[in-house]
Amino acid sequence: MPLWLFVVIKSALVLFVVVTTFAYAMLAERKVLAWMQLRPGPNRVGPWGLLQPAADAAKMLFKEDLTPATADSLIYRLAPWISMITAMGVFAVIPFSESSSGLWSIGDVNAGILFVFSLTSLGVYGISLAGWSSGSKFPLLGSLRSTAQMISYELAMTLSVVGVLILAGTTSLAGIVHAQNKLWFVIPQFLGFIIYVITAVAETNRAPFDLVEAETELVGGFHTEYSGLRFGLFFIAEYLNMITVSCIATLLFFGGWNPLFGLSVIPGIVWFVLKVGFVIFIYIWLRATLPRLRYDRLMAFGWQVLLPLATLNLMATAAIVAWKG
Amino acid sequence: MNPYVPVGIFLGVAAVAATAFVLVPGLLARRKPNPAKSEAYECGVEPTSVVGGHFPVRFYLIAMLFVIFDVEAASFYPWAVQMHALRAYGLLEMAAFVVVLAIGYAYVWRKGGFQWR
Repeated sequence: MPLWLFVVIKSALVLFVVVTTFAYAMLAERKVLAWMQLRPGPNRVGPWGLLQPAADAAKMLFKEDLTPATADSLIYRLAPWISMITAMGVFAVIPFSESSSGLWSIGDVNAGILFVFSLTSLGVYGISLAGWSSGSKFPLLGSLRSTAQMISYELAMTLSVVGVLILAGTTSLAGIVHAQNKLWFVIPQFLGFIIYVITAVAETNRAPFDLVEAETELVGGFHTEYSGLRFGLFFIAEYLNMITVSCIATLLFFGGWNPLFGLSVIPGIVWFVLKVGFVIFIYIWLRATLPRLRYDRLMAFGWQVLLPLATLNLMATAAIVAWKG
Repeated sequence: MNPYVPVGIFLGVAAVAATAFVLVPGLLARRKPNPAKSEAYECGVEPTSVVGGHFPVRFYLIAMLFVIFDVEAASFYPWAVQMHALRAYGLLEMAAFVVVLAIGYAYVWRKGGFQWR
């Protein structure tokens, strides 16, 4: 088998696994939210509602696909595509487990973390173009809010991981995991970790930072006019982004595939999946617990609290490294 | 093989998948066009005005501040990975940079650039 064909098959497999993970992350979210609110949650389609994602997908596939007469039709169609491709593209550089032959990742590039941040920043285009091209009031307002929120929190996010880079001395994701063989960076970089988690929730537009889709003020936010699978693509992209930031949190702060308690009999991929699942659970927990922020407070928090704190954290880390070596 | 080659192939496969996701519903879904369906949503009433892309100037300010601070954030990355080699020299250089940054930041704060009013 030629090498390129092997890579194509591996890419298709990774995408399939990632989209399946999305389907069950969504079901898990609905189930966990339901249990936290003392209701049963989806339980009609299949045992314990396990076939619910398939039912939802089939429903979306056959829904009528509407485009408002006032919309800019080309960009209106292009926007969900941009969101989707940037959300999926990030998984190209994520190493899922230890591998010297590169079996457990598509491509371990030396600028891994930069690649991830550049693609997730491009994802903002999907949202802002969707709102602008709909030719409707609520989507425009929703997308403006979300664009301002995402670029503001992106700043604190890029600064919050600099401390990890100082300690690891590399931007390669596998290299950062190798640097955590002895001690996970969540301990020396605890402040960076907290800032990363807060900004990651804001970046993915999830509760308590889900002002983009503040139902009571903005109807559905930037995707008000979208229906059928086009709406579904934004939904998938949002969840894929959540899985991505959970993977990055695992790689940067929780030691990636490094085992807990020295249990190296369990393969690295299992540890990686368990840790990512734990971070996703924290996300769902936040959504069930916290009320939504007010918009002015959200912006002030990002610019006046998180940004200076992240800068302080990276300078303190640099000072300790300069002193101790 | 250069690791960017498989990454490029992966992006190609992702592009094909995303295109399929965009095109398939157009083939499967039923169409029953109706003038009311193609109106922009406005709480069920007829749209009162055309959306002309007017929005608060605050968003421009945030975008400009973002560009300025994000370029500075990008310059932290190459410095960070070399910190073990640069030691005290790197720390002093970056401290000078952060002081310049902090002056600009304090100016924006003082002028109310971060107040959402």
